[in-house]
Amino acid sequence: MSAVAVEGVWKFYGDYPALRDIRLEAEPGACLALIGRNGAGKTTLLRIIAGFSRPGRGQVRISGLEPRETETRRRIGFIGHGISVYDELSALENLTLFARLYGLADPARTAAEWLERTGLERVKNGLVREFSRGMRQRLAVARAFLHEPSVLLLDEPFTALDDRAIAVLQTLLRDALAAGKTIVMSTHQLREALELASHVALLTRGQVAFHGPRTPEMVADPGYVYARYGEG
Amino acid sequence: MGFFRQVFVVAGKDLRAELRTKEAINASFAFALVILLLFSFAFDPQSDLTKAISGGLLWIVFAFAGTLILNRSFARELPNDCLDALVAAPLSGAALFLGKCCANFVLVLAVELVSLPVFGIFYDVKWTQQFWELMLVVVLGTWGLTIIGTIFSALTVNIRLREVMLPMLTYPILVPALMGAMQLTTDLVAGTPIGPESVTWLKMLIGFDIVYTAISLALVDTVLVG
Repeated sequence: MSAVAVEGVWKFYGDYPALRDIRLEAEPGACLALIGRNGAGKTTLLRIIAGFSRPGRGQVRISGLEPRETETRRRIGFIGHGISVYDELSALENLTLFARLYGLADPARTAAEWLERTGLERVKNGLVREFSRGMRQRLAVARAFLHEPSVLLLDEPFTALDDRAIAVLQTLLRDALAAGKTIVMSTHQLREALELASHVALLTRGQVAFHGPRTPEMVADPGYVYARYGEG
Repeated sequence: MGFFRQVFVVAGKDLRAELRTKEAINASFAFALVILLLFSFAFDPQSDLTKAISGGLLWIVFAFAGTLILNRSFARELPNDCLDALVAAPLSGAALFLGKCCANFVLVLAVELVSLPVFGIFYDVKWTQQFWELMLVVVLGTWGLTIIGTIFSALTVNIRLREVMLPMLTYPILVPALMGAMQLTTDLVAGTPIGPESVTWLKMLIGFDIVYTAISLALVDTVLVG
């Protein structure tokens, strides 16, 4: 059974089809890089896979389940364009909050462990609004990973990250893949993404222009997929 | 995690965030005071007419001031896309909604309880004569206001003019609850307990709260996931 299966998904904004008959699969342990120009539909597709938005037609299955089912949501970790943590709360309060919402056995201990893993234990009681951008991003990574999701959905995860946050995220993603978890990430940072990816899907104007395993040519030349299958 | 535990966690998060910034509660309380003061200039506190409409005046103040708190309820989730994280978490939309309702209820009720003595002073009203019955009406009316305001706060959260849209959508639906609360409050501050004539308003207020709580809980998942 596929970890992520997108079956004939369409999404309309008014009459405009933002996604057209998208069919993708990611097996357990795979890392699928969703690439495409701005407006190609990457974020829309990821939001549908995450269950934030309903498709106009077609369906998404996460390990055979609907994305909005409670059990599915326990399995998904999502990093979107925003950091999805509260400025008015401290780092520890934020992570404890989400650990509680995910029903983890010891929320405070889990939060403390993730603050340590992301190098934020020194500022755990500081309010997020006082954090630097890099610290906020590392906290966002901790928030997405703390419930040990088996499917990671990442929307432009490397965009605007500082070096330390990129290193933290890459380490976590490599560990996740080694543990057999599935990653679907949209990105413009082809070099970082293709290093991790096992499969690549190119979206062009809401359609899948290419979907297949990552090849050595793609790693050697990140523009290769666009040149070969895209619109140049 | 159980449903009510989820409600408690969401409510606790909202209350903690609000008490750190005090943005909504300070604005709401200041607004309530200003309207009470302005109305006291417009109406002679000694006249019988003012006594007769005092319940209406009070609930207009509560509704206007409460909207400032309710507007912030889901708007608080917009910076940093926090609503995504809540929708992604394995808690039901109903628990999320009810948690936010509980936090809003506490905040709106706090503003109302502070406004009541001010109302008594400005309008020369002995509002404590039927204290517990008045508290019952305040609680029921506030819950109705909170339920309607919170569901429309969720519905309008991504609309650019949400500050304008929320009261435009909320007040027409609140008319039955406000009518009941106004009528009962006018009687109670005049020292008349709830009797056979006014108990119908109380039943309507209770019915309003039950019906709209049930409808909102049923609709909230559709509202949150587009």
